[in-house]
Amino acid sequence: MEFKTFVFYFLAAILVFAALKVITARNPVHAALYLVLAFFNAGGIWLLLHAEFLAITLVMVYVGAVMVLFLFVVMMLDINLERLRQGFWSYLPVGALIGVLLVIEMAMVLGGQYFGLDAMPVPPEPQAGFSNTRELGRVLYTDYVYPFELASLVLLVAMVAAVSLTLRKRKDTKYLDPALQVSVKREGRVELVKMKAEKE
Amino acid sequence: MEAMLQPVADLFGPTWPAVWTLLKIVAIIAPLLGCVAYLTLAERKVIGYMQVRIGPNRVGPFGLLQPIADGIKLLLKEIIVPSGASKGLFILGPILAIAPSLAAWSVVPFSDGLVLANVNAGLLFLLAITSMEVYGVIVAGWASNSKYPFLGSMRAAAQMVSYEVSMGFALICVLLISASLNLTDIVTSQGSGRFHDMGLSFLSWNWLPLFPMFVVYVISGIAETNRAPFDVVEGEAEVVAGHMVEYSGMAFALFFLAEYANMILVSILTSILFLGGWLSPVGFLPDGFPWLALKTACILFLFLWARATFPRFRYDHIMRLGWKVFIPITLVWVVVVAVWMMSPLSIWK
Repeated sequence: MEFKTFVFYFLAAILVFAALKVITARNPVHAALYLVLAFFNAGGIWLLLHAEFLAITLVMVYVGAVMVLFLFVVMMLDINLERLRQGFWSYLPVGALIGVLLVIEMAMVLGGQYFGLDAMPVPPEPQAGFSNTRELGRVLYTDYVYPFELASLVLLVAMVAAVSLTLRKRKDTKYLDPALQVSVKREGRVELVKMKAEKE
Repeated sequence: MEAMLQPVADLFGPTWPAVWTLLKIVAIIAPLLGCVAYLTLAERKVIGYMQVRIGPNRVGPFGLLQPIADGIKLLLKEIIVPSGASKGLFILGPILAIAPSLAAWSVVPFSDGLVLANVNAGLLFLLAITSMEVYGVIVAGWASNSKYPFLGSMRAAAQMVSYEVSMGFALICVLLISASLNLTDIVTSQGSGRFHDMGLSFLSWNWLPLFPMFVVYVISGIAETNRAPFDVVEGEAEVVAGHMVEYSGMAFALFFLAEYANMILVSILTSILFLGGWLSPVGFLPDGFPWLALKTACILFLFLWARATFPRFRYDHIMRLGWKVFIPITLVWVVVVAVWMMSPLSIWK
């Protein structure tokens, strides 16, 4: 067995295990941490495919930012595990349907030769000086600039929507303005008074 | 070198690349841990002198053996796992804290060609690895099953994620003007230009054209490593010691090691990205690793100086600085640099 194959199966085994634990772990925090492990291993597998930019971005965005905020929320939730498990049987049909759909899609991709998908040629092995990041940037900002800008616009709209949904002003909360606080000068707070020493 | 090592390589056979890489890792990690140990001594001495004290001076000449005594003390102490703690994660916490701060050193170049892994996407790799440092703090805080650690880890999560954004934008400016993600290329690209030809190499480094980014990067670096004045994560007056409250002995020491290793990492990165790495500041002196060490030491001194000088920021002030000051500034400066590069006034042609 080639060393690369070994690395692939090593990463894949951990990935599958972690993914299984995400849905079977009882504690939501443990589940979130297993998801982190799954993302990390997926990044490793992408590195094997010479997709270094995507792999590192996956780790940076999902592991470094998204999952941190996820954990942040999950840790603060007061989750009743008994209540969570009550809905298992009623949600099972929906979950099973999604699972079956996923299996069908994976089968179509993996069994591509039976569905005429092998028209796409296998990409050649990259050269020594090949930079995945540079190539991706060149393609994104030249050939696919409009779809790329469109996608970023969609993200921007989603971001504005998320902010506007959560932005609620309560009238009765006391609020400190840090900008005002940091711009305070000594003159505004203390007064230096010159006076003669008093004697008893 | 290659010829000298050939007999040894034959001895190990096909496992030689792995053995050789392990040796190189040890050659990086061992001096690093030594630096960490003596950075703690330097910190106590520097802050001592700034506060007109002497600092540790009992163990060895000038207190030089103090870090070793501290290390032995921490090694011999018992590690207590609280009965209510989530045991596996409690032990995983310090490991998650130290692992990224050591792994990041694999792409740091110490001199031209002197690097463990000369990867093309080195800068991205560093961003990804350093963004994982927060997990140690979060996991430790949650697994301790106690209120102060939990509050500390909540603060850490919010603070580190916020300052990563401004750090990332500052790095985007650097990669824009050096047109590479490779750290070695970033350093060599700083060694050219009009001032370099005049022999004043230090004026052609990135700190001058990217001065606002340089300042933002250093301040964000202090916040990212949870150092004073941004150390609300472990603010002893409010949350006792934050995520480290329940840890003792070597488990606590690992957090400590991670913090100082991160400080050194941020300092060496600042030197590489903005201060020309191993390049000599003037034309008539040769380039080399001592310059990098000197620059890193200067930035480290800045860290200690800041700790001795400023009072701790209040938490909402930290968040305001990150989101309302640094992110807008860096966002605008990315555009400014991009336009500057495309304009006829560009100095990076």
